[in-house]
Amino acid sequence: MQAFHLAQPTALLDALVVANASDTKFIAGGTDLMQLLKENVETPTQLVDLERVGLSKIGADAGGLRIEAMARMSDVAAHPDVRAHWPVIAQALEASASPQVRNMGTIGGNLLQRTRCGYFRDTGFNCNKREPGSGCPAIAGENRMLAILGGSDHCIATHASDLAVALTALDAMLELRRAGGAQREVPITEFYRLPADTPHIETVLQAGELITAVIVPASAAARNSHYLKLRDRASFEFALVSAAVALETASGAVRDIRVAAGGVGTRPWRLPEVEAALRGKQLNDDALREASSRAGEGARPATQNGFKQVLLRRAVLRALQTASA
Amino acid sequence: MVSIGQGIDRVDGRLKVTGRASYAAEFKLPDAVHAVLVQSTICAGTIIGFDIDAAHAMPGVLAIITPDNAPRLPMQGGPQQMVRAPLLQDRAVHYNGQHIALVVARTFEQANAAASQVRVHYRRDEPVTSMDAVLDQAYPPKHFRNGERPPDSRRGDPDGAFDSAAAKVDATYVTPVEHHNPMEPHATIARWDGDRLTVWTATQGVSGAQQTLAALFGIAPAGVHIVCPYIGGGFGCKGNTWPPAALAAMAAKVVGKPVKLVVTRAQMFTSNGYRPRTVQKLRFAADDQGRLVSMRHDGFSQMSLPALGEFSEPVGLATEMLYACPNVAVSHRLVATNASLPTYMRAPGLASGNFALESAMDELAVALNIDPLEFRLRNYTDRDPHQNKPFASKALRECYRQGAEAFGWARRSSEPRSMRDGNVLIGWGMATSTYPTHRMPASAYVRLGADNSALVRVGTQDLGTGTYTVMSQIAADALGVPVDRIRFELGDSAFPHAPVSGGSMTVASVGPAVKAACETARAKLQSDGGDFAEATVDVKPGEEQHRYAMHGFGAQFAEVRVDADMGEIRVSRFVGAFDAGRVMNTKTARSQLIGGIVYGLGMALLEETRVDAETGRIVNANIAEYLVPVNADVPDIQTIIVPNDELVSNPLGAKGIGELPMVGVAAAVANAVYHATGVRVRKVPIRIEDVLA
Amino acid sequence: MSPKVTRRVVLAATAGGLMLREGIGRADDTTPARAPAPPPTLPQQAIDIELRINDTTVALRVDPRTSLLDALREQAGLTGTKKGCDRGACGACTVHIDGRRMLSCLTLAARSQGKAITTIEGLGAGDDLHPVQAAFLHHDGFQCGYCTPGQIMSAAALIKEGHAGSDAEIREWMSGNICRCGAYPNIVAAIRDAAGEG
Repeated sequence: MQAFHLAQPTALLDALVVANASDTKFIAGGTDLMQLLKENVETPTQLVDLERVGLSKIGADAGGLRIEAMARMSDVAAHPDVRAHWPVIAQALEASASPQVRNMGTIGGNLLQRTRCGYFRDTGFNCNKREPGSGCPAIAGENRMLAILGGSDHCIATHASDLAVALTALDAMLELRRAGGAQREVPITEFYRLPADTPHIETVLQAGELITAVIVPASAAARNSHYLKLRDRASFEFALVSAAVALETASGAVRDIRVAAGGVGTRPWRLPEVEAALRGKQLNDDALREASSRAGEGARPATQNGFKQVLLRRAVLRALQTASA
Repeated sequence: MVSIGQGIDRVDGRLKVTGRASYAAEFKLPDAVHAVLVQSTICAGTIIGFDIDAAHAMPGVLAIITPDNAPRLPMQGGPQQMVRAPLLQDRAVHYNGQHIALVVARTFEQANAAASQVRVHYRRDEPVTSMDAVLDQAYPPKHFRNGERPPDSRRGDPDGAFDSAAAKVDATYVTPVEHHNPMEPHATIARWDGDRLTVWTATQGVSGAQQTLAALFGIAPAGVHIVCPYIGGGFGCKGNTWPPAALAAMAAKVVGKPVKLVVTRAQMFTSNGYRPRTVQKLRFAADDQGRLVSMRHDGFSQMSLPALGEFSEPVGLATEMLYACPNVAVSHRLVATNASLPTYMRAPGLASGNFALESAMDELAVALNIDPLEFRLRNYTDRDPHQNKPFASKALRECYRQGAEAFGWARRSSEPRSMRDGNVLIGWGMATSTYPTHRMPASAYVRLGADNSALVRVGTQDLGTGTYTVMSQIAADALGVPVDRIRFELGDSAFPHAPVSGGSMTVASVGPAVKAACETARAKLQSDGGDFAEATVDVKPGEEQHRYAMHGFGAQFAEVRVDADMGEIRVSRFVGAFDAGRVMNTKTARSQLIGGIVYGLGMALLEETRVDAETGRIVNANIAEYLVPVNADVPDIQTIIVPNDELVSNPLGAKGIGELPMVGVAAAVANAVYHATGVRVRKVPIRIEDVLA
Repeated sequence: MSPKVTRRVVLAATAGGLMLREGIGRADDTTPARAPAPPPTLPQQAIDIELRINDTTVALRVDPRTSLLDALREQAGLTGTKKGCDRGACGACTVHIDGRRMLSCLTLAARSQGKAITTIEGLGAGDDLHPVQAAFLHHDGFQCGYCTPGQIMSAAALIKEGHAGSDAEIREWMSGNICRCGAYPNIVAAIRDAAGEG
């Protein structure tokens, strides 16, 4: 870990002003950043501690849910309104990491966690995401865990957040703020960038800009939502494949359907092809099978992860079956 | 009351649950400074030069030791398996992650930061990173089993018998590189007082560490004092004295202060060995009565470059002796790669070898349409067919019986995919376990007071195996006093000699020494009187070692649940029944048994070190992506200790219990996966994609 | 740098401070930005902090990079908290911060000021074992003992959280603590036992 200055502002605006400097990182729960600092993957000269700025409220009303960015993963997962009206969020959070990490990790930090790609996290390897232009040995290397969707010739690193998959399915909005700029809201579906030839730029966040809150609309589909996570280990592991679904039916027909997947994409992956195949259709097992068979259209597997294509379809089907049961 | 056999709480338990047990890195030396290793990022070549000025100028840095300025080590003598590299003695790079420099600074943070700023220039050579690509260049080991026997064996005519047999299996099984990953990283604090060296280090052998460091630094063993009262797991990777311990001592010499060196979790993957990858070719055949007529087991195991030493994974040992078969051939070959030196890992050879052996036995049973357990019973042997000797004892038949009964094996339907719970396929599999009973010479010191209190000292170790506790029990019984009158001390090279804590031999080796020393002191106190009596007694194994074949045995039964669509595999039930000889403490013994089974579950479904083929660099050198079992992976485990009061093997009748329970677990799970899914997976770990139909 | 360690018992008087700060920094806050903090010209080499550990205040001079784990082990003399992976993947460093189980390896010491930190050394009452400690001892919920303090801290929190309802629940909620010796079944038994007592 390289030396840094630790700034500990007590108000958000102060934090934004202090962060408006080069080589600066915000630190929230620290559960990912601390790892990256220890591996010298991140080498900021200043850390801006968000611990003391508050920003940890969770509030829900008929219109939706607003989670401030510093809310802890475990608090959000345990929140009765979240569990009742947006169960996919609680399930995705409780399937994440470990109880200790969930007590520390924040919502904003979770959405900004970096990929688990082993090439990215070890400075002994080349990596375009870490050092633009140095090459991507993962594409021809150990890529079992990596993405089959959204990759480029420069990067196939998987986005690691379970929460982001759930929020992508629910069309969440992210509230962003920076010093000297107006607050803006960005749909989560537009927040993450594909790697293309700039895999080091992962989001639309500008320098010094911070996620301050997540806003999730309420809906009947969100109330009937579900998260399925598949992994080699029974717990405390990132997803091999995951699926988030939200489903509303009326008179046996699909009225509202949202499907997103994790573990397969370079960003949380919405599956409009599956949604389109179901919207308005009579809900039955054949329809679910037909729709889920479309999941992952355009996938480009690497040498070791072709099975994720099959697994994705099955995971989507199982999640849909669970939500429609 | 007799203490041996009672399930008493660990005598060191209170220290462990309160955090007061001190591990190697936790001894307080006020003026200690910190060292951090720098490792190579290429796997073959030569270092042309270092840029260390920037790192050296960083705050707190005291020294940067490289092959260019490292003190030359005399390296005189030492144990046979002494690891001699990498100790910064030359500029050659043999594997990715090799120690190439050492940064010493006042604080850990400073040393760590400076270590990342050491720049290295290399000349690269063409590496070999995959053993599979160069299997044709395999060579026989030079020192198989420390040179005690040749690497190959043969009886009868296995090839001829194979050709004419009724049922055959001809298959290749693969096990991956696995890392021990004890929870405590390798850690050393080294301090020189003149030319006397004191080392607090995490080791499975204080005596070996003493011999090794003395030899490396060219000083008398008496000048080296090793202290290790607690060790946070070893599983084989703290058996040899690996370079970081010596590098800490080297750094302490260079800076003239005590140095603490804690190897990072990532560095552990190239610092202290690993279970080598194996490719095992098996050709088994049986007659139409289900009698084995031919067994051929050709094992290839991954090695470093020979310049770093030699280790071979003895995969064929059980194949030679476990079943009655007149025609058997076993061979062991090594394949050199640009990897670090492999080493012993819990049940070396047996864990990986029995995965192949017991998978092939299952395949043959399927081919014969005989129940897998029945097939093993038909090939039961009461005599070691390899050494042609009687077993000192063998209660395997009883292990099969009790294990099968507890598991409910008789209710198994033979067809694959025939047991189902909704979307979940259920499979039952079994395998045989065996592990040799080892014993080495050992000594013990006892000071028995007239008040019936006793101090017992042995230079042995407690890896969590319960040495403190069971030796206290053995001493208590030998002295005829309650256990709480015994103070047992270990982990100090100044104490009487004991072997490395490996090969499941601590009780069999150290126990008799403790027993004999206690009996001597007790007799002395009775005859001479006085306030106390002392005795130091050496004991060693005898003629029985030549007369008998000595092994522990077990029967492993696994139930798996496999999601029929998703392929997720979970072990839902496990029963292991074991003949481990006499058991000193039923509580710590059960812990060893469940621990070994859990280690085997990791091997079966999770553990695999993944290496980048281009650079030979490990991609998952951490404990988040190198998957070991977590609590949620582990089901109810039923362990059965089959009684066996045999006292021929050693005076305590202990066959060793640390490794036996791991053997056969991977095969039992693989066989259960076959039974659940109809898919025969001939490699571990078995993954979702292997069974995804 | 030799650490300056002093200890004194502190009265529980600091709880209000954090509450006051709550709400000031909300996103809809219209407080004008104050004068920018001076740009950091140089990283700090050392900062003086006070940590409240096991109801005792400890003054330390730490590197800003120092993790709470290293501060405990290397400076505060509390080596019961273990370093297993130093990357949040094993749970050996679990402590309670303001009553919740957290990972001290992923926590900067300098960010831990003003919080109540409990380590394994502060879990029991004097010489009396905490019920979870006693249950681990009785059920042999460990072997080498290295992950044990983290397991016990995690287990004590788990019981308070109400996650000891079934063996399956205990297993899932203990999965942040790796035991390489494989004592899991005994750990589950110990927690079941301790939860029943409480």
